[in-house]
Amino acid sequence: MLGSGLIKGLAQTAKNFFGSYHDPARMVTVEYPEQKRVVPEASRTIPFLVYDGEDPELGLRCTACKICEVECPTQCIYIVKNTSKKPDHVGKMQFHPATFDIDISVCMGCGICAEVCPFDSIKMDQVFELSTADRFESLLLHKQQLAKPNSYFGKIHPTEAGEIDIRREQDKRKAEAKAKADAEAKARAAAEVQNAAANSAAPPPSPQTVTPA
Amino acid sequence: MTKLDQIFVSTKHWLVGLAPEMLQSLASILLSIIPIMAVFGGCFAVTTILERKGLGRIQNRFGPNRVGPFGFLQPMADGIKMLTKEDIVPFQSDKVMHFLAPIVLTVPIWLAFSVLPFGRNMVAVDFNAGILFFFAAGAASELAVFMAGWASQNKYSLMGAMRAMAQMISYEVPLVLSAIPVIMIAGSLSLPQIVEAQAGYGAGWFPQWHVFTPWGLAGFGLFLVAATAESNRSPFDLPEGESELIAGFLTEYSGFKYALFFLGEYLGLFAISGLAVTLFLGGWHAPLPILEWLPSWFWFFVKFASLIAAFIWVRGTMPRLRMDQLLNLSWKFLVPLAVLNLFVTAVWHFSSNWQSFGGLAARWLMCGGLLAAAYVLLGRSLSRGQGTPRKYTYAE
Repeated sequence: MLGSGLIKGLAQTAKNFFGSYHDPARMVTVEYPEQKRVVPEASRTIPFLVYDGEDPELGLRCTACKICEVECPTQCIYIVKNTSKKPDHVGKMQFHPATFDIDISVCMGCGICAEVCPFDSIKMDQVFELSTADRFESLLLHKQQLAKPNSYFGKIHPTEAGEIDIRREQDKRKAEAKAKADAEAKARAAAEVQNAAANSAAPPPSPQTVTPA
Repeated sequence: MTKLDQIFVSTKHWLVGLAPEMLQSLASILLSIIPIMAVFGGCFAVTTILERKGLGRIQNRFGPNRVGPFGFLQPMADGIKMLTKEDIVPFQSDKVMHFLAPIVLTVPIWLAFSVLPFGRNMVAVDFNAGILFFFAAGAASELAVFMAGWASQNKYSLMGAMRAMAQMISYEVPLVLSAIPVIMIAGSLSLPQIVEAQAGYGAGWFPQWHVFTPWGLAGFGLFLVAATAESNRSPFDLPEGESELIAGFLTEYSGFKYALFFLGEYLGLFAISGLAVTLFLGGWHAPLPILEWLPSWFWFFVKFASLIAAFIWVRGTMPRLRMDQLLNLSWKFLVPLAVLNLFVTAVWHFSSNWQSFGGLAARWLMCGGLLAAAYVLLGRSLSRGQGTPRKYTYAE
């Protein structure tokens, strides 16, 4: 009959109205500044720089290779290479950035920089309360603001960070094993050279000295 | 009891007495106008926030709760925002019309309040053709809506205005037709006398309101549906349908003019709710004799507030109609039912001396049965073909 659907609808909304007062589980919204939803692991906003250990300057993974700067579609990354080098996690000497700026008013959050980075250094952040009253200075993030510890990365992207940590640990161990093997091989070679020299009626010892491993 | 009941009337007389002899008539007029504007202006502010909160609850969310305690200062914030916004007038618009439309909308609606009895002896103008004046003033809002749409020089505005015209003309007919039975029974066009006709209690406790008769119930339902359409509220808010017409005739309005339209819309709703209370719900009469110690204006506002709540409830429930559905509902359902209701009212009137038990039962069965049968049959014809897949004659 005409009107039965209207009554059904009115009953439903009345149920919602009264139910919303005594059943908090009905509420579909959260009161934002006080309560926050947990953001999904795959969500991303702007990039940040990962560093290992305690010191953001020493532990920064970035080697200032500038791949991200070149690949960035909006060209919001600005890098200046430092003249000195510092060892990375496998002990190899690498450059590091003197300046690393990201203009987040231009950044569109595409994540290409994080995809192309060969050093697992630039990753996507999940911060979203970035509004400021100043449109220029506070939207240009510097190295100090961008550098965040690996523990933070592990917290926001646990799966990806876990894989990277394992891989880096393996790399480190491999490098150590290789260094050890190299040193042993070198020591053996030097010993052979010495033996051969002693055997061939004692010529003067070679000037090449073996550094102890 | 009478002291509290007549507190506003006696205060007004006292204040008028304070004024010098020459200015007493002017003071009397002002003291009628200012309280009405203050009370219903305040009602507008309270209704906007309560409506938003109520709609929120209906959709299982909180509604505005940031400004002031529980968000109840939200109307102030809205008002400040509206007043300080830039007033944009389109370059090609008819500037005079564009300026006049919101004023032409609000003034007649304020006038309509002057004939409503808000309590015992509480009516600004005791006009012997009050209901006629009310409908005449209410109809003037259509002109304002069309002025707004036409003056904006904008296709959305014009379409919204055309829809408003079609809708308001169609629904003016059942609105007035559903009010005529009340005039037939009360024998008067004066609203205080219509309230007087609903005084007293049958069998000592049953209120003699018009809504408790078969024709009154049907008339009340028809009146509410037509009133919803007249005041442009959901589900009949096609003239300003956001999804298809931006905001209809309001598209080119901003700032305070927009606020005036908003005010006019709500005042129209208040006025028509007040009229529904007066015509069908016994005006300011208490529902039970033991509750008569409460003042008459209190009862008027209780009924008024519950009607507003019902309108908000309907707004939170119904989706918007399509234009053809809207017009079909009026011309194929409401108008025939309202015309039949006139006949039923006549039967009820001429059977008023059937006061025996069997006579009363026969009277109720006859009138109620006629209306119920008409409702079912008309409803069936209205929903015929609904729910079946639509046939496109030329598009296939």
